[in-house]
Amino acid sequence: MTTQPMQFVPGSEFKRRAAEVVANPFLRKSFRGAMDFLIAKRAAQFPDPELLERQRTLAEEIRRYSLSRLPALLEQLEANLVKNGVKVHWAENPDEANAIILGICRQHDARLMVKGKSMVSEEVELNHAMDAAGIEALESDMGEYIVQLAGEKPSHIIMPAIHKTKQDIAKLFAEKVPGVSYTEDVDALIQVGRDVLRKKFMDADIGLSGVNFAVAETGSLCLVENEGNGRMCTTVPNVHIAITGIEKVVEKLEHVVPLYGLLTRSATGQAITTYFNVITGPRREGEKDGPREMHLVLVDNGRTQAYADEQLRQTLQCIRCGACMNHCPVYTRIGGHAYGTTYPGPIGEIISPHMMGLAATHVLPGASTLCGACGEVCPVKIPIPDLLIRLREEATHEAKPGHAPLVGQGAGKTTFASLAFKGFAFLYSRPALYRLFAWGATRFRFLTPSNQAGWTATRTPLKPAAKSLRDLLAERRIDERKSC
Amino acid sequence: MQRNLPAGPRPKDVYFFATCLVDLFCPEAGMDAIQLLEREGITVHFPENQTCCGQPAYTSGYADEARAVAKAQLDLFPENWPVVVPSGSCAGMMRHHYPKLFAEDPMLKAKAENLAERVFELSEFLLKVLNVKWKDSGKPTKVTLHTSCSARREMGTHLHARELLAQLDGVEVLQQSHESECCGFGGTFSVRQPAISGAMASDKADALKETGADAFLSADGGCLMNINGTLEKRRDSFRGQHLASFLWERTGGSGGKNGKGEKA
Ligand code: SF4
Repeated sequence: MTTQPMQFVPGSEFKRRAAEVVANPFLRKSFRGAMDFLIAKRAAQFPDPELLERQRTLAEEIRRYSLSRLPALLEQLEANLVKNGVKVHWAENPDEANAIILGICRQHDARLMVKGKSMVSEEVELNHAMDAAGIEALESDMGEYIVQLAGEKPSHIIMPAIHKTKQDIAKLFAEKVPGVSYTEDVDALIQVGRDVLRKKFMDADIGLSGVNFAVAETGSLCLVENEGNGRMCTTVPNVHIAITGIEKVVEKLEHVVPLYGLLTRSATGQAITTYFNVITGPRREGEKDGPREMHLVLVDNGRTQAYADEQLRQTLQCIRCGACMNHCPVYTRIGGHAYGTTYPGPIGEIISPHMMGLAATHVLPGASTLCGACGEVCPVKIPIPDLLIRLREEATHEAKPGHAPLVGQGAGKTTFASLAFKGFAFLYSRPALYRLFAWGATRFRFLTPSNQAGWTATRTPLKPAAKSLRDLLAERRIDERKSC
Repeated sequence: MQRNLPAGPRPKDVYFFATCLVDLFCPEAGMDAIQLLEREGITVHFPENQTCCGQPAYTSGYADEARAVAKAQLDLFPENWPVVVPSGSCAGMMRHHYPKLFAEDPMLKAKAENLAERVFELSEFLLKVLNVKWKDSGKPTKVTLHTSCSARREMGTHLHARELLAQLDGVEVLQQSHESECCGFGGTFSVRQPAISGAMASDKADALKETGADAFLSADGGCLMNINGTLEKRRDSFRGQHLASFLWERTGGSGGKNGKGEKA
């Protein structure tokens, strides 16, 4: 079973895909309904805005503190993991991550890997690499399983199959799972998935999982999940490989508690998830279960680029709750696939440029009205709109003197836009010239073009008023003098 | 977001920063805002050299260009008077982004910070500084309110319009669905991503119209142009009006020469 490799996403592609979804009333309605549901679930968990504010401030502090000590914490994490019997690997990019995991699989002659939900494994295209090496990598999270069966990519970081309706899934299972007939009964559908997966857990050579929080002080990996498949993946097969980004580390176990509480409430509106796994090493002597061997792969993939800049570093505070997507009016209109990145929505717009470079992603920071809904709900207070503006600047300009260029720096620069904004600055920083312009624009308003690029696709043309406010005020002054 | 308001007596003088949109595209709203202030006994000063807050360049990532335009506004408000802005997003630009824009120039930063402190969105100023108390003089009507994202999330003024309208006995304010959602304008976003922007504007127009209100109100010129332009293209007669104009009309104008009532 394969998923398609990540699609390259040049600006025109994004625009085209977005326009396609927007023109589909069925999809529009379905996304809107799903997002409304998630928004309401989250809101119900936060009845007291002041308390929420205090919690967000604390969570932000913890994430900032952790990042401020990142190199030291990573060293401490590694030392403690090794002490606990976990092998630690460092991967600078997706190829390295895949090679490491493939190497471990080969050591064990592995044929089958069962996977818990891991966005970093999506980010490095692990399934694709495993498939190319002839190893079956099977998703065991229900949403991921559905997406994999369909040969697609997740469209949401928490709910990978949110773009699929019950009917889509019924059809998919009937087509792809041997011996299953069409049913729209959700419980029956879930049971189909369970039956398939249950057996695979027993047969798998390798269990792969993500990590929500890595605790430096104890060398523990925390895994948040609802289906129990994460626990199966990390305990049943003989080898457990965890994969995560280098930013996920916190110093102490107690730092996990406030983050966990906000993560589940922000993501699915749950006060707590059904499962919370704290994994501190492989099976020990005398223990009856657990993997005999355990690995952690720590992936950089552009994170150090974000880390190097004080402002952009805030991107790494993210705990991947998905609330920014759920509340994003753009994501709600176009869904996750239009972005063409592993992480869609607002978080995707600010993190993908570091992972894929600005040449492939420069359009994404611009795919926002800067309405601020994302920053308002982000549990770790990432100022997403400010970061979008910053990336818009980096995408259209050379690096500032003394600053290292980002990968793909300036790739979105166009002569048209540069000239337009130069013209804007020229006109609006010269009051006398602007007054002349305003005078002309109002007098010659009949010359206003009726086709105004994107604006008039769905709106009537913009036309200056017959008299500007300045004109009206000047007239009033004359009137006043006359009436004296 | 909620600010500390200046203590002390009611100001006698204010500056009015019209914004480029109001100056050229909805000057009537600017006039009505000025008259609302004047009726409270305030002298309104309109610096002739004002142009634009620089926001279009700033949000598009052209910080140098935004700085050039913003710099041209910094010296226009020398007296220590409040600066009233009839648009949430431009007020937000001056109040929150000017100090950041000049972060690396201590002299200009000090100026920008001083200005930022004095910037008020119109409804905020009317309600919180002037404590206006109005009597409604219009026929019963139903309206719905679109609060801009900047008013809501940058200025924290989204409830002020509601409170002002609550003073008007004949005005019923109807609740739209997805009230806090953006109308899809987003400055240059509306031309860079026309399909998404158009879909958002269209959904917003639907939500406002579905309330059954006679009209919708907004304190932001950009949102008004976006939603009204969408409705007009659909040949729908439902329209939005700037909050300032509505307030001026409902409260009877001043009876003076330039009152809306007289012009009509
Ligand atoms: S950016 Fe904030 S809201 Fe978005 S996924 Fe990350 S933590 Fe959640």
